[in-house]
Amino acid sequence: MFSTLLFMDPVLNFTVFQVCIYLELDLVITDMGTQNIIWNVCKKYLTIGLVGITLTDRYAGVCPIRGSSMSPTFNPSLGSFTDDYVFLEKFCLDKYKFSHGDVVIFSSPTNYKERCVKRIVAMEGDYISNVNGASKVPEGHCWVEGDNSASSFDSRSFGPIPIGLIHGRVTHVIWPPQRMRKVDRRIRQDGLAF
Amino acid sequence: MSRFQQWAFIVKEALDKSFLVAKFFCAVHVTSTYLCSTALVYGPSMLPTFNLSGEIVLLESISTRYGKVDSGDVVIVRSPENPRKVITKRIIGMEGDSITYVVDPINSDRTETLVVPKGHIWVEGDNIYSSNDSRNFGPVPYGLLQGKVFWKIWPAGAFGSIGRRPQTVDPALKVVEELKNS
Repeated sequence: MFSTLLFMDPVLNFTVFQVCIYLELDLVITDMGTQNIIWNVCKKYLTIGLVGITLTDRYAGVCPIRGSSMSPTFNPSLGSFTDDYVFLEKFCLDKYKFSHGDVVIFSSPTNYKERCVKRIVAMEGDYISNVNGASKVPEGHCWVEGDNSASSFDSRSFGPIPIGLIHGRVTHVIWPPQRMRKVDRRIRQDGLAF
Repeated sequence: MSRFQQWAFIVKEALDKSFLVAKFFCAVHVTSTYLCSTALVYGPSMLPTFNLSGEIVLLESISTRYGKVDSGDVVIVRSPENPRKVITKRIIGMEGDSITYVVDPINSDRTETLVVPKGHIWVEGDNIYSSNDSRNFGPVPYGLLQGKVFWKIWPAGAFGSIGRRPQTVDPALKVVEELKNS
């Protein structure tokens, strides 16, 4: 009697069929548990990613150096095949406190996607001598130059940069292992006019 | 032994809880730097758009990251004069645009025209009579952009999106343009 009624009513029939499918799917999931495992793995990687991004954004990071504009300090010989990798700390970004001779990484003022590494030669308020005589570094800016002045695109071409562009301070060379060392603060005297 | 177990349980619980909090802060940091965050805007420089006493706005950093901002957008910029401060201004011109601006709107109608250099933007406040912007410190490097303001959330009466630049904001420049046209 019941079955005939079921087959007579197409709508009811369809609903019962659907419920059966749902139940079956549910059974499959709980039986195999693969979905659960995948979800757990995803969650783990997501957590690692979040923590990693936060640490590299706020506290410290590693980045490769390309080109020879900082030549005696990084990438000393053109013949070496590997780039230097450096360790940069970002605690200085809290207060934006930098001093003369710090090696910093900043995004280029002419192309925001490019990162440059240079040494701070003069801070705000200092006088710097260039081709047009001495000029004052404006408030909130700093003057950056590469150690290898022969092949460096720096403040001598694009002028002083805002301190806000700086992303971190280089403290150590960490790769390749034979070049592992601390990057020291070096103050060049000849560039400063006063 | 049971006391030791109790302590071990407490320590484990505390570690779990602190890790959860740390994870939460990481998630907040990633959302605020890569997706969107809030900011408090105050001061006279954007007067018709934002009021003096302060408004809380939403800003998104996706369009600034991929270079999708255009002139007319309200953006938050790290101040080139003081890196510890951020300022809210409207973009007037992108790189390569030719900009005409009133040098000193309170005292004269004198205008100057210049081309925004590569990789820079020209920003001005909506209230040019009391705004410290590109007219004082020149074009701003694109890398200083923090985000684009797209929604006001507080006070409740001002809730809504940010409009385009109001027409009546720049009377001095308007007079100059009328003179040029006639």
